[in-house]
Formats: sequence, structure tokens, C-alpha cells
Amino acid sequence: MNTPASSILLVLGASLIGSLAMVFLKIGADNLKGSHRHWMPRIGIGIALFLASSVLYVLGIKEGSLTVLYPMVSLGYVWALIWSRWFFGEPFNRNKIVGLSLVLLGVFFIGLGK
Amino acid sequence: MLESDLAEPISAIRSVLNESALEAGAQGRASHTSFVSIGLVVASTVIGSAAQILLRFGAGNLNSSGLREILTNWPLLGGYACLGVMTILVVLALRGGQLSVLYPIIALTYVWVTILSPMFFQDQINAPKIIGLTLIIAGVSFIGAGSRS
Repeated sequence: MNTPASSILLVLGASLIGSLAMVFLKIGADNLKGSHRHWMPRIGIGIALFLASSVLYVLGIKEGSLTVLYPMVSLGYVWALIWSRWFFGEPFNRNKIVGLSLVLLGVFFIGLGK
Repeated sequence: MLESDLAEPISAIRSVLNESALEAGAQGRASHTSFVSIGLVVASTVIGSAAQILLRFGAGNLNSSGLREILTNWPLLGGYACLGVMTILVVLALRGGQLSVLYPIIALTYVWVTILSPMFFQDQINAPKIIGLTLIIAGVSFIGAGSRS
């Protein structure tokens, strides 16, 4: 089955926006002890991005092969690994990289089975 | 929308990105990921899979998209409520751990949805799906184990 470029772009956009949603939720979560003026806007932006990402995702998987599109959704985990290092100083380690590779491969197989 | 309404979120994005980058750099290390956080994310994936199944039921019931029909579509509303609960659990989890550890655990949602779907829909479990589930569980276990060392 052919996967249109528009589906690929929508799903890649969804994965990118979804990973940024998690960054904002994390920043909001780190500020939960403070005033609501600190965490509310951040968690609000996170939820808005999360909703935007799910709209793109639903539009993206309407057409095309899930074998191609499913692993692209889970590329969000790879973006998040990069943002985590940039913004929160979380180190890469062998377990994260091996584990994430297994997860991506697993999602590919689930797409294959659909 | 008033300009002042917009100005706040925009400056929030800017200050947030700078602050957290600076904090992380100053500390030079990230927080340890607690068992409680990992447990919360795993629980959130169970609720997230319930959300996906309810939304799929709800979407199947939708014939026209009238407001009245959406507001009385209980599976759809239940699905969104589950997504709300999932978000709260994820935020509580993120408070006590690393994003790079906790986010990939959400892939467990694929596992529950793949196991549960044949009970509610005409989906089947086949060999590629079983291989996929096994790899996801192995991957998540690896990431979880690495967060403790």
C-alpha cells in the first residue's frame, strides 16, 4: 500500500508536537509545588499541544500503511530523548538507547500485524 | 483575544525554556526516577488504553456530528474523561523522574490495546503483533532498569 507524503508529514508533525507537549507537562510538573501561576500556563500549553498532536495523528493515519506510519508516531520518543537532554540535562545511557530501539522495533511489528 | 492574554503564554514559553535549560546546566545532572513515578506512568497506560477503546466505540456510533449527538455519546465522553485522568497521572509521574525514562513507558499502551481489542472489536492477535508486544515490553523493561542504576 502506498503511503501519501501528506500522511507522513502529518504523522511526523504529530510526533514532534506530541514530544513538545511532554516537555511542557514536565516543566509544569516540576513547578507544581509553586504558585498555580507557574504551573498552570505550562501544563495548559502541554495539554493544548497534546490535543493538536492527536488531531494531526488522526488525520495522518486515515490513509496509508500503518507499517510505515506507526513507527513514525513513536519517533516522538526519540525527539523526547533529545529534548530531555537539552532542556533537563538528562543523560543518554546505553539502556535508554537499547530500550528505545526495542520499543521502536516493537511498534513497527504491531503496525505490520494490523 | 486581548493582547495581554496572549502576551503571558508567550513570555511563559520563553522564560520556561531559558529557566529549565539553565537549571539543568547548573545542576549538571537530572533527578533520579522513582518507583512511584514509574508505577504512575504504567497505571496511566492502562487508563490510556481504556480511553482508546472507548473513543473507538464512540467514533463508531457517530453518524452525524451534531452537538447533541456528541454530548450524549457516553463512550466518547468516557474516552475523553480517561484521557484527562491519564494526563493527570502523567503530570504527577513527571514530577518525580526523568522525561526520557518515563515517556517511552507510555508505549505500553500499545500492548494493552492490542491485547484488549480482540475482546471488543473484530481485531485479531497474530504473530507480528505478539513479536511487537514482546519487543515493547523488553524495551520498556530495559529503560526502566537503566533508570535504577
